[in-house]
Amino acid sequence: MADMVLDAKGLTCPLPILRAKKALRDLAPGTILEVQATDPGAPRDFDAFCRTTGNDLVAQREDGGIYYFTIRHGG
Amino acid sequence: MPDESNVTAMSIIVTKGTLDWAYPPFILATTAAAMGLQVTMFFTFYGLTLLKKDLNLKINTLGNAAMEMPMGGGHMAMPNILAAMPGATALTTAMMKNMMKKKGVATIEELRELAIEAEVKLIACQMTMDLFEYRKEDMIDGIEVGGAATWVDAATRSGINLYI
Repeated sequence: MADMVLDAKGLTCPLPILRAKKALRDLAPGTILEVQATDPGAPRDFDAFCRTTGNDLVAQREDGGIYYFTIRHGG
Repeated sequence: MPDESNVTAMSIIVTKGTLDWAYPPFILATTAAAMGLQVTMFFTFYGLTLLKKDLNLKINTLGNAAMEMPMGGGHMAMPNILAAMPGATALTTAMMKNMMKKKGVATIEELRELAIEAEVKLIACQMTMDLFEYRKEDMIDGIEVGGAATWVDAATRSGINLYI
Protein backbone atom coordinates (compact mmCIF):
# COMPACT_ATOMS: atom_id res chain seq x y z
CA MET A 1 0.00 0.00 0.00
CA ALA A 2 1.15 3.49 -0.78
CA ASP A 3 1.97 5.87 2.05
CA MET A 4 0.66 8.71 -0.08
CA VAL A 5 -1.45 8.97 -3.23
CA LEU A 6 -0.98 11.86 -5.65
CA ASP A 7 -3.80 12.60 -8.05
CA ALA A 8 -2.28 14.11 -11.21
CA LYS A 9 -5.13 13.09 -13.48
CA GLY A 10 -6.06 15.62 -16.14
CA LEU A 11 -2.71 17.39 -15.92
CA THR A 12 -0.33 17.57 -18.86
CA CYS A 13 3.46 17.64 -19.05
CA PRO A 14 5.33 18.74 -16.98
CA LEU A 15 2.86 19.04 -14.10
CA PRO A 16 2.61 15.34 -13.09
CA ILE A 17 6.41 15.20 -12.70
CA LEU A 18 6.57 18.52 -10.87
CA ARG A 19 3.79 17.51 -8.48
CA ALA A 20 5.47 14.15 -7.87
CA LYS A 21 8.77 15.85 -7.09
CA LYS A 22 7.04 18.13 -4.62
CA ALA A 23 5.28 15.20 -2.96
CA LEU A 24 8.52 13.20 -2.67
CA ARG A 25 10.23 16.12 -0.98
CA ASP A 26 7.91 15.76 2.00
CA LEU A 27 8.22 11.97 2.23
CA ALA A 28 10.84 10.07 4.20
CA PRO A 29 13.26 7.80 2.28
CA GLY A 30 11.81 4.35 1.73
CA THR A 31 8.20 5.49 1.77
CA ILE A 32 5.91 4.70 -1.15
CA LEU A 33 4.20 7.29 -3.33
CA GLU A 34 1.51 6.33 -5.81
CA VAL A 35 0.95 8.76 -8.68
CA GLN A 36 -2.18 8.61 -10.78
CA ALA A 37 -1.99 10.32 -14.17
CA THR A 38 -3.77 10.44 -17.50
CA ASP A 39 -1.00 12.09 -19.56
CA PRO A 40 -0.09 9.51 -22.24
CA GLY A 41 3.54 10.65 -22.02
CA ALA A 42 3.67 9.84 -18.29
CA PRO A 43 5.01 6.23 -18.50
CA ARG A 44 8.14 7.32 -20.34
CA ASP A 45 8.54 10.46 -18.25
CA PHE A 46 8.18 8.74 -14.88
CA ASP A 47 10.66 6.09 -15.94
CA ALA A 48 13.18 8.81 -16.85
CA PHE A 49 12.41 10.88 -13.78
CA CYS A 50 12.90 7.98 -11.38
CA ARG A 51 16.10 6.81 -13.05
CA THR A 52 17.60 10.28 -12.96
CA THR A 53 16.61 11.14 -9.42
CA GLY A 54 17.49 7.82 -7.78
CA ASN A 55 13.92 6.96 -6.90
CA ASP A 56 12.69 3.43 -7.45
CA LEU A 57 9.81 2.89 -9.87
CA VAL A 58 8.55 -0.26 -8.20
CA ALA A 59 5.53 -0.83 -10.42
CA GLN A 60 3.38 0.76 -13.07
CA ARG A 61 0.11 -0.23 -14.65
CA GLU A 62 -2.62 1.23 -16.77
CA ASP A 63 -6.30 0.76 -16.12
CA GLY A 64 -9.07 2.48 -18.04
CA GLY A 65 -6.85 5.28 -19.34
CA ILE A 66 -5.35 5.97 -15.92
CA TYR A 67 -1.69 5.26 -15.23
CA TYR A 68 -0.64 4.19 -11.75
CA PHE A 69 2.99 4.61 -10.76
CA THR A 70 4.35 3.17 -7.53
CA ILE A 71 7.51 5.01 -6.52
CA ARG A 72 9.74 4.19 -3.56
CA HIS A 73 11.49 7.32 -2.38
CA GLY A 74 15.21 6.83 -2.83
CA GLY A 75 16.08 9.61 -0.37
CA MET B 1 22.12 12.10 -10.13
CA PRO B 2 22.44 8.75 -11.88
CA ASP B 3 25.71 6.93 -12.40
CA GLU B 4 25.63 7.15 -16.19
CA SER B 5 25.51 10.97 -16.30
CA ASN B 6 27.60 13.62 -14.63
CA VAL B 7 25.50 16.53 -15.88
CA THR B 8 24.45 18.61 -12.92
CA ALA B 9 23.47 21.93 -14.50
CA MET B 10 21.56 23.35 -17.44
CA SER B 11 21.30 26.81 -18.93
CA ILE B 12 18.70 28.22 -21.29
CA ILE B 13 18.83 31.44 -23.28
CA VAL B 14 15.24 32.66 -23.60
CA THR B 15 14.68 34.98 -26.56
CA LYS B 16 10.96 34.75 -27.26
CA GLY B 17 8.05 36.15 -25.29
CA THR B 18 4.86 35.07 -27.03
CA LEU B 19 2.35 32.80 -25.30
CA ASP B 20 3.43 29.72 -27.25
CA TRP B 21 7.19 30.18 -27.04
CA ALA B 22 7.04 30.92 -23.32
CA TYR B 23 6.33 27.24 -22.71
CA PRO B 24 9.45 25.33 -23.84
CA PRO B 25 11.93 27.19 -21.61
CA PHE B 26 9.75 27.07 -18.48
CA ILE B 27 8.73 23.44 -19.01
CA LEU B 28 12.34 22.33 -19.48
CA ALA B 29 13.65 24.50 -16.64
CA THR B 30 11.11 23.28 -14.08
CA THR B 31 11.50 19.65 -15.14
CA ALA B 32 15.29 19.76 -15.08
CA ALA B 33 15.16 21.37 -11.64
CA ALA B 34 12.79 18.61 -10.48
CA MET B 35 15.31 16.08 -11.78
CA GLY B 36 18.02 17.59 -9.65
CA LEU B 37 19.80 19.94 -12.04
CA GLN B 38 20.82 23.48 -11.24
CA VAL B 39 19.12 25.63 -13.86
CA THR B 40 19.96 29.11 -15.11
CA MET B 41 17.62 30.99 -17.45
CA PHE B 42 18.99 34.02 -19.27
CA PHE B 43 16.22 36.27 -20.65
CA THR B 44 17.10 38.53 -23.52
CA PHE B 45 15.23 40.57 -26.14
CA TYR B 46 11.56 39.48 -26.26
CA GLY B 47 12.19 36.84 -23.63
CA LEU B 48 12.35 39.71 -21.13
CA THR B 49 8.55 40.04 -21.22
CA LEU B 50 8.38 36.70 -19.38
CA LEU B 51 9.93 38.33 -16.30
CA LYS B 52 7.43 41.19 -16.07
CA LYS B 53 5.27 41.38 -12.95
CA ASP B 54 2.29 41.77 -15.22
CA LEU B 55 2.31 38.84 -17.60
CA ASN B 56 0.08 39.63 -20.53
CA LEU B 57 1.29 37.13 -23.10
CA LYS B 58 -0.21 37.09 -26.55
CA ILE B 59 -0.10 35.06 -29.70
CA ASN B 60 -0.90 35.73 -33.34
CA THR B 61 -0.74 33.34 -36.27
CA LEU B 62 0.53 36.10 -38.57
CA GLY B 63 3.51 34.88 -40.55
CA ASN B 64 3.37 31.52 -38.80
CA ALA B 65 2.21 29.24 -41.59
CA ALA B 66 2.71 26.12 -39.48
CA MET B 67 0.26 27.19 -36.82
CA GLU B 68 -2.98 25.28 -37.16
CA MET B 69 -5.73 25.02 -34.60
CA PRO B 70 -7.82 21.90 -34.11
CA MET B 71 -11.22 22.60 -35.59
CA GLY B 72 -14.10 20.15 -35.87
CA GLY B 73 -11.88 17.07 -36.05
CA GLY B 74 -9.47 18.63 -38.56
CA HIS B 75 -7.03 21.51 -38.44
CA MET B 76 -7.32 25.02 -39.72
CA ALA B 77 -4.81 27.79 -40.26
CA MET B 78 -5.83 31.44 -40.20
CA PRO B 79 -5.04 33.31 -43.44
CA ASN B 80 -2.50 36.10 -42.90
CA ILE B 81 -4.97 38.71 -44.08
CA LEU B 82 -7.35 37.79 -41.25
CA ALA B 83 -4.53 37.52 -38.73
CA ALA B 84 -3.62 41.12 -39.61
CA MET B 85 -7.11 42.44 -38.78
CA PRO B 86 -7.70 44.45 -35.60
CA GLY B 87 -8.66 42.13 -32.77
CA ALA B 88 -7.09 39.04 -34.34
CA THR B 89 -4.37 38.86 -31.67
CA ALA B 90 -6.91 39.09 -28.85
CA LEU B 91 -9.09 36.45 -30.48
CA THR B 92 -6.24 34.00 -31.15
CA THR B 93 -4.87 34.53 -27.63
CA ALA B 94 -8.28 33.86 -26.08
CA MET B 95 -8.73 30.72 -28.19
CA MET B 96 -5.30 29.41 -27.25
CA LYS B 97 -5.75 30.11 -23.52
CA ASN B 98 -9.16 28.45 -23.58
CA MET B 99 -7.77 25.37 -25.32
CA MET B 100 -4.87 25.14 -22.86
CA LYS B 101 -7.18 25.42 -19.87
CA LYS B 102 -9.48 22.72 -21.22
CA LYS B 103 -6.57 20.35 -21.74
CA GLY B 104 -4.97 20.85 -18.34
CA VAL B 105 -1.91 22.72 -19.58
CA ALA B 106 -0.21 24.77 -16.87
CA THR B 107 -0.29 28.54 -17.17
CA ILE B 108 2.99 30.39 -17.63
CA GLU B 109 2.31 32.16 -14.33
CA GLU B 110 2.14 28.75 -12.64
CA LEU B 111 5.29 27.42 -14.31
CA ARG B 112 7.21 30.60 -13.51
CA GLU B 113 6.15 30.32 -9.87
CA LEU B 114 7.29 26.68 -9.83
CA ALA B 115 10.61 27.68 -11.39
CA ILE B 116 11.20 30.25 -8.65
CA GLU B 117 10.19 27.72 -5.99
CA ALA B 118 12.70 25.25 -7.46
CA GLU B 119 15.42 27.91 -7.19
CA VAL B 120 15.93 28.27 -10.91
CA LYS B 121 18.24 31.23 -11.40
CA LEU B 122 16.55 33.94 -13.49
CA ILE B 123 18.84 36.46 -15.16
CA ALA B 124 17.59 39.44 -17.15
CA CYS B 125 19.89 40.74 -19.89
CA GLN B 126 21.14 44.19 -18.88
CA MET B 127 21.64 45.46 -22.42
CA THR B 128 18.12 44.61 -23.62
CA MET B 129 16.61 45.87 -20.36
CA ASP B 130 18.21 49.22 -21.16
CA LEU B 131 17.36 48.99 -24.87
CA PHE B 132 13.64 48.49 -24.27
CA GLU B 133 13.66 50.75 -21.21
CA TYR B 134 12.48 48.13 -18.73
CA ARG B 135 13.12 49.02 -15.12
CA LYS B 136 13.98 46.45 -12.49
CA GLU B 137 10.70 47.44 -10.75
CA ASP B 138 8.77 46.21 -13.82
CA MET B 139 10.13 42.74 -13.23
CA ILE B 140 9.33 40.14 -10.59
CA ASP B 141 11.42 40.03 -7.43
CA GLY B 142 14.35 37.70 -7.09
CA ILE B 143 15.82 38.09 -10.55
CA GLU B 144 19.39 39.08 -11.30
CA VAL B 145 20.50 41.43 -14.04
CA GLY B 146 23.60 40.53 -16.00
CA GLY B 147 25.35 40.48 -19.34
CA ALA B 148 26.72 37.93 -21.79
CA ALA B 149 29.62 37.07 -19.50
CA THR B 150 27.15 36.10 -16.78
CA TRP B 151 25.57 33.54 -19.11
CA VAL B 152 28.94 32.28 -20.39
CA ASP B 153 30.01 31.74 -16.80
CA ALA B 154 26.87 29.66 -16.14
CA ALA B 155 27.25 27.85 -19.48
CA THR B 156 30.81 26.73 -18.81
CA ARG B 157 29.52 24.95 -15.71
CA SER B 158 26.48 23.42 -17.46
CA GLY B 159 26.32 20.14 -19.36
CA ILE B 160 23.21 21.26 -21.23
CA ASN B 161 23.00 24.68 -22.86
CA LEU B 162 19.91 25.59 -24.86
CA TYR B 163 18.90 28.55 -26.97
CA ILE B 164 15.16 29.03 -27.35
